[in-house]
Amino acid sequence: MNELYIIIAGSMVAISCGLLGCYLILRKMAMVGDAISHAVLPGIVIAFLLAGNRDSITMLLGAGLIGVFTTFLIEFLHRKGNLQSDASIGVTFTWLFALGVILISVYAGQVDLDQDCVLYGEIAYVPLDLWILRDGTNLGPRTLYVLSFVLLFVLIFIAVGYKELFLTTFDPAYAAAIGISATLWHYLLMGAVSFTTVAAFESVGAILVVALLIAPPATAYLLTDDLKKMLMITAGLGVVISTFGYYLAASIDASIAGAMSTVAGLLFALVFLFSPSHGLIFKTRTRNAIASSRATTD
Amino acid sequence: MIQQVDNPVLEVHDLTVSYDKKPVLWGIDLTIPKGSLVGIIGPNGAGKSTLIKSIMGLIPLGSGYTELFGASLDQVRNKVSYVPQRGSVDWDFPASVRDVVLMGRYGKLGLFRRPKKADHEAAMTALGQVSMELYVNRQISQLSGGQQQRVFLARALAQQADIYFLDEPFAGVDAATEEAIITLLRKMSEEGKTVIVVHHDLQSVETYFNWVIMLNTRLVASGPTSEVFNQRLLQETYGGKLTLLSEVGNLLKKGQFPNRETAP
Repeated sequence: MNELYIIIAGSMVAISCGLLGCYLILRKMAMVGDAISHAVLPGIVIAFLLAGNRDSITMLLGAGLIGVFTTFLIEFLHRKGNLQSDASIGVTFTWLFALGVILISVYAGQVDLDQDCVLYGEIAYVPLDLWILRDGTNLGPRTLYVLSFVLLFVLIFIAVGYKELFLTTFDPAYAAAIGISATLWHYLLMGAVSFTTVAAFESVGAILVVALLIAPPATAYLLTDDLKKMLMITAGLGVVISTFGYYLAASIDASIAGAMSTVAGLLFALVFLFSPSHGLIFKTRTRNAIASSRATTD
Repeated sequence: MIQQVDNPVLEVHDLTVSYDKKPVLWGIDLTIPKGSLVGIIGPNGAGKSTLIKSIMGLIPLGSGYTELFGASLDQVRNKVSYVPQRGSVDWDFPASVRDVVLMGRYGKLGLFRRPKKADHEAAMTALGQVSMELYVNRQISQLSGGQQQRVFLARALAQQADIYFLDEPFAGVDAATEEAIITLLRKMSEEGKTVIVVHHDLQSVETYFNWVIMLNTRLVASGPTSEVFNQRLLQETYGGKLTLLSEVGNLLKKGQFPNRETAP
C-alpha cells in the first residue's frame, strides 16, 4: 500500500507541475519554477516566526505570497529595468534565498527549521503523515489530499483558461489587441505555478518539483506539434516517471525523488535521440538520405 | 501637407510616444476616411510600427488620444483587427493553422466558451480568402514565410472587423503572396473596410494605396496618394539620410522608385 501511495503522490505532482511546465517552456520561462522553489524560503521563515509553529497551512500561505511576489519582481525588473528575463530571474531568486538563509541563521535559536527541511521535503514520508480524525478514523496520507486539491486546481485552471493561455503564450501582442490581457494571464499562470510549486515541494521536495516542471514538458515538446497532445503526453510521462522512478529507487535502495528525476532525464535523453519527428537520429538520417539522393541524381 | 477629413474612421489627435525619454512619435494629428487603403511610409525608426501599436493600445501614450469610429478602442474592439509583424512570434510553437486562425474568434467568444461551428466556418472562410484552405491541418512550423503571413492575415479576417492594421505584411514574402495579399486588401477596401498598412517598398506605393501617411517621428504628410506622394514630401520624410535622399531624388527624376528601401 505504501508504495502505491508514493507512486500516486509522485504522479499527481508530476501531472500538476508538468501541465503548467508546458506553458512555462513555451514562454521561455522554464527557470521560473526553480526560482520560485528557492525564493520562497524567506516567506516560510517569516510565516514561522509570525505564527510560531510549523503548521503547514501557515507555511503554505507565507511561501505562496513570496512566490507571487517573486514573479512580480522578475517581471518588474524585466519590463521596467530592461533586464533580460533570465538575468532578472537569477537576481531575484538568489537574493530572496539568501535573505531566507540569513533569517534562519539570525533566528537559529528560536527556529526549529533549516534549509534541508524546507527545501528537501521527502516523498518517502508520504505514507507516514496520515490524516487521522479525532475518533481515530484513518483517512490515509494527508499529502494525497493536498496534492489532489492542487491537481484539481491546475486542471480547472487550464480547462477554463485554455484559449487565453494558448493565445497569450503564442502571441501576447495580438491577444492584447483583441482585448485579452496578456499581463493578467501571465500573473494568473505565475500565481498557479507559485501555488503548485510550494504545495508540491512541501510534500515531495524541491528538486523533484523543478525536475517535473521542465523535463516532462520538454520531452513532450520533442514528440508532438500540437499543444493539446503535448499536455496529454506530459501527463502520461508524469505517471511513467513516477512509477519507474519508485521501482528504480526500491531496487537500488536510493532516494526516491532522485530516482524519479533520473528517470525523467533518461526519458528525455531517449526521446531527444529517437523521437520520430524531432529526434537527433531521425534528423541525421533524413539529412543523409537527402544528401545521398542528391549525390545519385547528380 | 496634412489633409483632415470629416467623419473619419480613425482619428489620431496630438499623439506623442517616447521610449526611454527619446520621442518616437511627436505631435501626430491625422484623420483617415472610411474605405481607404492606407500606406504608412518612412525611414527605419520613423515610428511606423509604433503608430499602429499606439492605436491598438499596445504602448502607453505620452500625450494625445486616438479614436476609432468616433469612440475609444475599448468600445469598438470587435470592429478592429491587427496583424503583427510575422517575426514577432515563435513559429515553432505547437499549433496548427486552424488553431492560429481560430484565435481571431477569441475576442468575440470571451472566457469559458469554446469555438463553435460558426467560428470554425468563419476560420475556413478566412483561410479561403488567402487561398490556404488546404493547409488547415498543417503545423505552423512547416509553413513558408509567405504562408505564415497569409495565416496571420486569415486570423485577422476571421475577426470580421471593419478596420485592419497590418504591420509590414509584405516583408520577406514571395511575389505571389504579395500579389494575393494586395488583391485581397483592395477588395476589402472596395467593400468599405479601412485597411492601414506599414509599408517599406516605395516603388509600389502609388499602385497599392489610395492614401499615404508619411512619417519621420513627426507627421510629414497624410492625404490622397496622388496629392502627397511627390518628390518634395519624400525628401522631407527621408531627409537627413543623405545617400538615400539623393538616391530617391535621382530615381524620382527618372520616374521610377527604388525597389526596396535600402538601409543608409
